[in-house]
Amino acid sequence: MLNRRAFLKAVGSIAATTGALGGLASYAYSKENSGGHVIVVGGGWGGNTAAKYLRMWSNGAIKVTLIEPSSRFVSCPISNLVVGGLKQIDDITMSYETLSKRWGVNLVHDRVTRIDVAARKVGLSNGDTLDYDRLVLSPGIDFLTDEIEGLSGNEERIPHAWKAGPQTALLRQQLEAMEDGGVVAIHIPKVPYRCPPGPYERACLVSNYLKQHKPRSKVLLLDANPDIQSKKGLFQAAFEERYSGILEYVPNSTLLSVDASSLTAELEFSEVKADVLNVIPPMRSGRLVDQLGIELINDRWVDVDWLTMEAKGAPNVHVLGDATFPAPTMPKSGHMANQHGKIAAAAIINLLAGQAPNPAPVAVNTCYSFVDDTNVIHVASVHQFDAEKGTLMPVEGAGGVSSAPNAFEGRYALSWANNVWTDMLG
Amino acid sequence: MKIKTLLLFTCLVGLGAPALADDPNLARNLAATCANCHGTNGHAVDAGTPGTMGALAGVPAEDLMTKLSAFRSDLVPATIMHQIAKGFTEEQLQLIAEYFAAQPR
Repeated sequence: MLNRRAFLKAVGSIAATTGALGGLASYAYSKENSGGHVIVVGGGWGGNTAAKYLRMWSNGAIKVTLIEPSSRFVSCPISNLVVGGLKQIDDITMSYETLSKRWGVNLVHDRVTRIDVAARKVGLSNGDTLDYDRLVLSPGIDFLTDEIEGLSGNEERIPHAWKAGPQTALLRQQLEAMEDGGVVAIHIPKVPYRCPPGPYERACLVSNYLKQHKPRSKVLLLDANPDIQSKKGLFQAAFEERYSGILEYVPNSTLLSVDASSLTAELEFSEVKADVLNVIPPMRSGRLVDQLGIELINDRWVDVDWLTMEAKGAPNVHVLGDATFPAPTMPKSGHMANQHGKIAAAAIINLLAGQAPNPAPVAVNTCYSFVDDTNVIHVASVHQFDAEKGTLMPVEGAGGVSSAPNAFEGRYALSWANNVWTDMLG
Repeated sequence: MKIKTLLLFTCLVGLGAPALADDPNLARNLAATCANCHGTNGHAVDAGTPGTMGALAGVPAEDLMTKLSAFRSDLVPATIMHQIAKGFTEEQLQLIAEYFAAQPR
């Protein structure tokens, strides 16, 4: 059963059995025996993982500074359960404290505004400048709101809830305030976007909520794509079997403009007026990467070397997670960002010691989606480094999806969340 | 050319490019891919709770390898582990099993 108490208890008990792991927080940083200084920017799935693993695997020899503007971590995975009324925002909100207290990561609550790649310095919004030997950027995504007329500046009226936190709570509040018989419209941008199954899970959980509490309401799932982008057969079946009276899936729905006062969405061939309008805008890598002065793929994503996660063209800078231009079939997921963090940590430790990085990195992905309050479907893949192709390739015959939604995986999904949150933050 | 030298020459030519040495932390790196579900170093936070993935730390390597092989060959029912185990070679799974076995419980 997912709850903060289990998470906190686990973190507490791990901290108590420090043994060989203890003392990292008090490890005195001195230039003489230091392994170098790594700055990690972004306290999300990639950044937190990289920070912890750098400290853990170097036995505290490498100094790590994590720069993150938020004082608390809010998880986007599982946030659809908050939107759907099955969890509270507190259930997905966590502290960064253990990274500092147990692992000795220096936490800086600020925002990076400048990166000098040649000089190996970052500038903060408070005016401070920090030096680094290696820089890890895990900046997530930023929205291209200008591509939808009328959207910019209206995110409080038309939430995306695609970055967890106040937006998640906001969307939930709007759904709770909506009267029975109302219309909820959710718009999905063209691929690629963060979390391929996410919008379909959201549609399921919103429909699940309405079916139970506001049964005359409707959900319009407007998809700019021609098809369901993840676990297609399974979501299609879930829509038909569970929500046929409530949810309508409309593919090929290009969104041209929105009107915030009337909550009207102008699509290519029609107009939709909603009572709750959730637009997930098209997205790109977090804009911080523009500081690197490198060309982005499709003007959006950072091309990286999968052996080290280094950004091509930006020496000593590693980029993780959603911001990367993916290896073949690699999804933009929190789970994958966590795997990137580990590849980067291992590579950086080797590189700082003058050694070659691991020539055979592996990344695994698992995404669990709730189709109602109990039943879950997954998609999994394993990616192995292919020396000939010079990239991570999905292993043929491995990976796959669930045979059907089931409550067994419903429990696994919550266990996954508890374990991966602690893996990143505890 | 003397026979011995000729043989040596042939052998060296036949070897081709030398294989890249394994990373000294290969087992650790491979095992880290499992932490998302099984906890850092196999210390699952909800170990012992029914319906969870379970801890791996300190489990004998032979037991882990038996399970992983069974998943890999579809010999036991699974929701996801068969799909993941098939993504690794037997050698990689052996390294992972030995890594977790060596972790304190």
